[in-house]
Amino acid sequence: MARAIVNVPSQAKRGEIIEIKTLAAHPMETGFRRTQLGELIPRDIIRRFVCTYNGAEVFRVDLHPAMAANPLIAFTTVATESGTIAFQWAGDNGYAVTESASIRVE
Amino acid sequence: MTTRREFLVLACGAASIAAARKAGAQIDPNQQALRKAAMQEALRRVVGDAPVRRGRVRLELPPLIDNGNSVPLSVAVESPMTLSDHVKAIHVFTEKNPQPDVVSAHLGPRAGRARLSTRVRLADTQTVLAIAQLSDGSFWSDSAEVVVTLSACLEEGLI
Repeated sequence: MARAIVNVPSQAKRGEIIEIKTLAAHPMETGFRRTQLGELIPRDIIRRFVCTYNGAEVFRVDLHPAMAANPLIAFTTVATESGTIAFQWAGDNGYAVTESASIRVE
Repeated sequence: MTTRREFLVLACGAASIAAARKAGAQIDPNQQALRKAAMQEALRRVVGDAPVRRGRVRLELPPLIDNGNSVPLSVAVESPMTLSDHVKAIHVFTEKNPQPDVVSAHLGPRAGRARLSTRVRLADTQTVLAIAQLSDGSFWSDSAEVVVTLSACLEEGLI
């Protein structure tokens, strides 16, 4: 089950700085833990998060095993024009999730 | 002759000193040296030979952490965020996690404000370091000391 939640204001004034919060459901297995039998549990994490605003990249994050499970990423962007803000998460074992939100700018 | 009271005071003192020593050295010295080297290497990869100055960056972390598996962390950098003067990247490093890198955020003038909030894992009582790379090529940093009571990454045999 791959799922993500994003929180983007539905409307904003032109030039306003808006806060965006994103949360992806992912265990973020570090690759440093072992099972009871001593076998290393292979790493399984989200490696990259990208936010694009009408196709232009505005924010990108490289994640490492030291990120907590279900990584929360909160940041800001300037509301420049009405359109779509898209989010992409990509990680180990072919993990890929996309989510988008529309915003109306006046 | 030692009285009962004196004996108890001495015993308690010795026990607390031993506990304090143990808490100070959760990781063995060899591994500590390795991790220090890894941290230097990670810093060099990001910063190169440029000097890193303190200031302009504010790293916010709770000073006392009950559970190292999920620690709220936020980094804010003082910057006008204009085309000519903005923050290009924010990097977070830890001293004693198995790997020094935690998170790297790449932003630009369209972010409006140079701010990142997230949640991280911390393996031990340690210093966390945040470095901001500005558009003029300078690097600024801030660090925070945290005390972790239940550490992440050390749950071997629990699953």
